[in-house]
Amino acid sequence: MDTLLGESWTLSPSVALRPEPFGALAYHFGNRKLTFLKRPELVAVVRALGSSPDVGAALATAGIPAAQYPAYCAALRGLAAADMIRPLAPAEAVA
Amino acid sequence: MEPQVTTQTPVDAQPDEIVAEDLIEEVSIDGMCGVY
Amino acid sequence: MTIAPERPTLPATATLIQQFELGLDAPICLTWELTYACNLECAHCLSSSGRRDPRELSTQQCEAVIDELQRMQVFYVNIGGGEPTIRPDFWHLVEYAVDHQVGVKFSTNGARITPERARFLAGTGYVDVQISLDGATAEVNDYVRGPGSFDMAITALANLRDAGFTDAKISVVCTRHNIGQLDDFKALADEYGATLRLTRLRPSGRGADVWDELHPLPEQQRVLYDWLMAHGDGVLTGDSFFHLAAFGESLPGLNLCGAGRVVCLIDPIGDVYACPFAIHDEFKAGNLLSDGGFQAVWQQSPLFAELRSPQTGGACSSCTFYDSCRGGCMAAKFFTGLPLDGPDPECVQGYGESLLAGKRSVPASSQDHSKAGPTRNQPVMLTLGKRPPAKDCAESPLAGFTP
Repeated sequence: MDTLLGESWTLSPSVALRPEPFGALAYHFGNRKLTFLKRPELVAVVRALGSSPDVGAALATAGIPAAQYPAYCAALRGLAAADMIRPLAPAEAVA
Repeated sequence: MEPQVTTQTPVDAQPDEIVAEDLIEEVSIDGMCGVY
Repeated sequence: MTIAPERPTLPATATLIQQFELGLDAPICLTWELTYACNLECAHCLSSSGRRDPRELSTQQCEAVIDELQRMQVFYVNIGGGEPTIRPDFWHLVEYAVDHQVGVKFSTNGARITPERARFLAGTGYVDVQISLDGATAEVNDYVRGPGSFDMAITALANLRDAGFTDAKISVVCTRHNIGQLDDFKALADEYGATLRLTRLRPSGRGADVWDELHPLPEQQRVLYDWLMAHGDGVLTGDSFFHLAAFGESLPGLNLCGAGRVVCLIDPIGDVYACPFAIHDEFKAGNLLSDGGFQAVWQQSPLFAELRSPQTGGACSSCTFYDSCRGGCMAAKFFTGLPLDGPDPECVQGYGESLLAGKRSVPASSQDHSKAGPTRNQPVMLTLGKRPPAKDCAESPLAGFTP
C-alpha cells in the first residue's frame, strides 16, 4: 500500500485554488507554478486534505474508487513536487 | 443446468485506467499566448 | 457568477486545450497597459504609444480594476504601456495589486529602475520585472528602440542585480536583425542573473509599418525553432511561437491562441481587447467604465463569446499540421490583411507566403498614440521609409487614406 495514504498533507498557504467548470486551477504565488486539476474529484481530494487525518481518508471522503488510488497518489506527488501541497507536521495533523 | 451468476460494475463508475496525467497538468504561467 | 450557461460540457476525456478554447470564467493572467505615454518611440511598438491619452484611468479607477481582478482570482497581471513607470501612481498601484492578491509583472524599458527603485523591488514579494531589449548589442537594439535605449536597459538590469533582485526577465522581440544573437542574449541573461524571454514580432501598432523589413525570414524561423528545441530549457516564450509547432514537436506552452479565452488586454482608457497584439476596433470587447466593469465585459462580451465558440480551421483545416499550429496568430493575419480563416503570414509550411505576395488590403489602424513629431529618442529605423503621417490634428483613423 502506498505510504502516502497514511500521511497528513494540506494545501500550501501561498497557493490559490480557483474553481473552473472542469476542475480547478492552482497557482503558487511563491514559485509561480500553475497546475491544472483536471477532474472535480481531485479538487475535492485536495480541499479535503487539510481536514482529513490522512490522504487515505481524504480520498475516501471524495468518493474515489480504490482502484484509482495509485493514479491519485501519483497526482498528489506531482502537486507535492511543485509545493502545491505540503506535509503537515504530526503536531498539526488532525487527530 | 446451474444458473450463471455474473456481477456487473455499476454503469456510472469511472474507468479504472486513469493515470496521473489525466488528473494534473503543469504549465508555465508564461505559457499562454497573448500576454506581453 | 459564471459565464453564460451556453458553455458546453466537455467529456472527462477532453484535453486541456479543448477546455481552454471554450474560455474560462476569468482570465488566468492578462496584460494591462497603464498609459500610452512613453519616453521612447520604438519602431515596432505594438500599442503605437508615445502620447498620454487624456482619458487615462484615474488612480481610483485603477484600484477598482484591481479589486475586480482580486474578486475574479486573476492570478497575475502584466502591467505595460507605453512606459508604465512614468505614471506617477505606478509604484502605488503595484503595491496595491500585491496587497490584494494579484501578482504583478511589469514590462519596462528601464527608464525608472534606479538603484533605489531596484532596492525597493528586491524587497517586495510577488513582483516580477521584465526589461525590453531587442538587440544583444546597442547597434542592433537601438536601430529599432532609439539611441541610448540599450544602455538604459542594461543599467536597469545591473541595478536590479546589484540590489539583490533575482530572476528579472529580459524580453526580446525576435527580428530579422537579432536572430543571429540568440546565444548572446542568453549570455546577457546569465550575466545579470535574469531569465531570457524570446517573443514573436506581430504586425501590430507601429509594427504594421515595419513588419515587412523586420519579421524573421522563413529560414530564420527554422533557426529559432531549432535553437529553442536545443537550448530552450529555462528560456520563456510566452507561447508566442505556437505557429512553429508545425515544424514538428510543439514548444512548451499551451500552444493555443489565448485571446479572449484565457487572456486579454485592458488598455489605458479602460477599453478591453482580446489581446495586446490586437488593439483595433475589430477586437474590442467593450469598455470597463461603460459596460459595467471588467468582469461583465470578460463574461458577457459578444466578441469573447464568438472567440470562445468552436472554431473551424477554415482553409487550414485540411492541412495535416492544423492540429498543432491551430492556424497561427489571429493578430498576425489581421494586420497583414490576410483572412482570419486561412494561414498565418509566417506559416512554416509556406502557405502564408503566396497570400502575402498576392492582393491584400492592410487595415487602417483604429488609433495611433505616437508622438506628433520626431524627438531625440527616435530610432534610426523610423527615419527611413516611414509612411507619410497624416496631419497631426487628424482624428479620423482614415485620414490620409485613399482607397
